[in-house]
Amino acid sequence: MSTAGARTGRAELARAVQSIERGVVVRGVIIAALLAFVVFAVPTLVGADWLTTFASVSIYAIVAAGFGILYGRVGMISLGQVALLSVGCWIGTRLAYATSLPFPVLLLVVGVITGVIGTLVGLPSLRLSGLYLALITLMFAGATTIVLSVIDFPNGGHGFTGRSATGALSTNTPPVRRPSMAIGDTAFFRYIVIVTAVMFLLALVHVSAKPGRAWASIRESEPAALAAGVNITLYKMWAFALASFMTGVAGCLLAAQVGVPRAITFQTQDSLTLAATSLIGGIFSIWGAVVAGIFNQLLPFVFQAQWGVNSNFLLILFGVGLIQVLLTAPGGLVEQFPKDMANLGRLLFRGVRRLAGGRQKAS
Amino acid sequence: MIEVSGLTVRFAGVTPIDDVSVVFPGGTCGLIGPNGAGKTTFFNVLSGFVKPAAGSISAFGENLLRMADYRRARWGLRRTFQTEMAIEKLSVYDNVAMIHEHSGAKRAIRRTDVLAAIDFVGLEASPKAKVGSLGARERRLVEVARAVVGSPRVVLLDEPAAGLPDEETVLLGGVIQRIPGEFGALVILVDHDMSLVSGCCETTAVLDFGKLIASGPTAEVLRNEHVMRAYLGTEEQL
Repeated sequence: MSTAGARTGRAELARAVQSIERGVVVRGVIIAALLAFVVFAVPTLVGADWLTTFASVSIYAIVAAGFGILYGRVGMISLGQVALLSVGCWIGTRLAYATSLPFPVLLLVVGVITGVIGTLVGLPSLRLSGLYLALITLMFAGATTIVLSVIDFPNGGHGFTGRSATGALSTNTPPVRRPSMAIGDTAFFRYIVIVTAVMFLLALVHVSAKPGRAWASIRESEPAALAAGVNITLYKMWAFALASFMTGVAGCLLAAQVGVPRAITFQTQDSLTLAATSLIGGIFSIWGAVVAGIFNQLLPFVFQAQWGVNSNFLLILFGVGLIQVLLTAPGGLVEQFPKDMANLGRLLFRGVRRLAGGRQKAS
Repeated sequence: MIEVSGLTVRFAGVTPIDDVSVVFPGGTCGLIGPNGAGKTTFFNVLSGFVKPAAGSISAFGENLLRMADYRRARWGLRRTFQTEMAIEKLSVYDNVAMIHEHSGAKRAIRRTDVLAAIDFVGLEASPKAKVGSLGARERRLVEVARAVVGSPRVVLLDEPAAGLPDEETVLLGGVIQRIPGEFGALVILVDHDMSLVSGCCETTAVLDFGKLIASGPTAEVLRNEHVMRAYLGTEEQL
């Protein structure tokens, strides 16, 4: 009798596990529909400057997703992600001038090189965590800013180290090439969104598989992870390699998007802003990364270019938002906003009912 | 069988384990002693977190101390911690599957093994429930399921019943007792609850201030004069 009981118990368990996959399918359909909307409908709905901004949103969402893997999944704080983006952008620019690699191959190569650099930057994470790791990655960001400004990034000209005869950033500097199938702004916007989706998929596949579980285990407790047989060195480096690969690909996209990337657009503080907006958006989900991209790129554009308001006040807003997230909503906006809306709905519903009840009594 | 001989651990100026030689023959073995006796340090040596100053540990004929820490899980060493360490962000299934993934067991049997382990501990919660949403008793059971999945050889349980009410401790004791029969693993149980230890363990070893003061069949050990003195103080206080 006990074996029969055990058997039905097992069957129930198996059924419960299978129903997880049904939820995944539903979510997949919704995401595919949304992706189709962004790729096909958005370019027809908005103007050129908006499209450029949306392209930046998409690119920065990749960077935020990388930050989310490092901090949200493994618990390693890196404040050098935008610096890594600039490294990817620089390598992408130089390789685009120096080689005739097909664009997708260029993306891959830049991703791999940036992945190696990012992994090296992440090496201290094997010994350090928290504030110390944050400081070291921030110093990397600072050093990158200095190096890029000293070498007159991007130098222009042909070849890997080439300088244009007229000096850096002249009008003669040819723009970084785009894929032959996506030369125009609209086509390249679609290209960026699709690459972003592929990067998100790459991140999701990792998170829901063996590495993701190993990362969650490291985040919970390193001794427990070790006792569970997790090779902590390997999986921490894996996380840095993946996040940096994604960031490198984003950097290469950015190089081709702007055509003539300039060092001035990458400031050390941008890495901090990215970390803050990622936390505000939510570091545990891809949606959070999208929100981070919007906060990082769309809000400044809307305020500065559209409404003529100096967008520096956003830094204050991000600071306040960060405090709010750290204190009350560790899951960020994407987790908190639906909860708040549900609460608001309940509150309104109750208020309306009380009002209606009061009227009934009065009549 | 685990044979420990001459094991000594020194931290600056302190010797939490002092020349301990003891044999854990198999089945469920108790390891008891007052606070600071060196029980958890002993587990940490087995896990590879602490390097001993001297001594050797042979587990089923293999030199455990020469294995890299994270490889010991693959070899078949499992442990739980005093503070419960199931991963809050993951589901029950993923918590257990994660151990299976690093155990070297075949991927094809993962689902069956994981569900069998969850079934074995008698967890009523759904395998897809997040561990963060479970209560203390259920989390402990998830930890035990993690400890028994993927052909374990040695299971170290560090105060698994800490913080549980009595009747739940009894249920947990029943689960622990069935581990050697079901999975063929040697269980070492550290706990302060004497009824749990005497209920589960055929043999028991007692540590006090880093020294082994008794070992053998549990009933005999618990009647041992030195053991009573270590736990209850001097005879006058009796």
